[in-house]
Amino acid sequence: MSNMRTPLSRARGLGSAQKGTEHFWLQRVTALANIPLTLFLVGALVVHAGADHATMVAFLGNPLVGVVMLLLIISAIYHMRLGLQVVIEDYIHGEASKLLAIVANNFFSLTVGVACSLAVLKLVIG
Amino acid sequence: MSDQTSTPQRARPLSPHIQIYRWTLTMMLSILHRATGVALYAGTILLAWWLLAAATGPEAYAQVQAVSSAWYGRLVLFGYSWALLHHMFGGLRHFIWDTGRGFDLAHVELIARVTAIAPIILTVLVWVLAYAYMGAF
Repeated sequence: MSNMRTPLSRARGLGSAQKGTEHFWLQRVTALANIPLTLFLVGALVVHAGADHATMVAFLGNPLVGVVMLLLIISAIYHMRLGLQVVIEDYIHGEASKLLAIVANNFFSLTVGVACSLAVLKLVIG
Repeated sequence: MSDQTSTPQRARPLSPHIQIYRWTLTMMLSILHRATGVALYAGTILLAWWLLAAATGPEAYAQVQAVSSAWYGRLVLFGYSWALLHHMFGGLRHFIWDTGRGFDLAHVELIARVTAIAPIILTVLVWVLAYAYMGAF
């Protein structure tokens, strides 16, 4: 089917990026993963409400808790990155500003993800 | 497609914007799902702050505790926990629709009501439990 396009059309490279289904699917997969993972975080925060630093460090330093926290960070951050990209694509129509917003979304998501992951790793490994 | 030179420019018809329609619960939930999603996105900064402070030391963690125990901190956290549960129920609603079920009007309304009310009840429950663990009762 690709030879149906004119050489100019191919050079411009506009149109479908062939990522739509993957985007939708990963949105749902991460959404599913987020349910038990965020419920764990909410439960942990409720049980540790008002806990001091030493108690929180001991809890978050547990390797099993660390595993769940890392999975939560990966899944939730990826989910929110996909979600905000849809919001950007819905409301920002200028090509340049849309591209900048999508890149900013990726930078923000990666920064928050790395920051959270590093903190969890330090709490577990010490 | 159209030849711009032969047809005179004129205002194209626009579809009416949201203020023209009567508000419905499903419409409000659709907007709230997106709004809570964006709020949760911004709020991950708080998650990062909390985790980094815990990893940094007692002084940094004391700053988090000072803000999270102040009335405005509690208000933000209460809102955040509601946004999280609301977005989760909104997601469950979409999961039901993904299976091709629940599209008839009666079920759409029923699911919408559950999605609107259940997160509020659960948020209050979460906070009652949190205050119980803090020894408030």
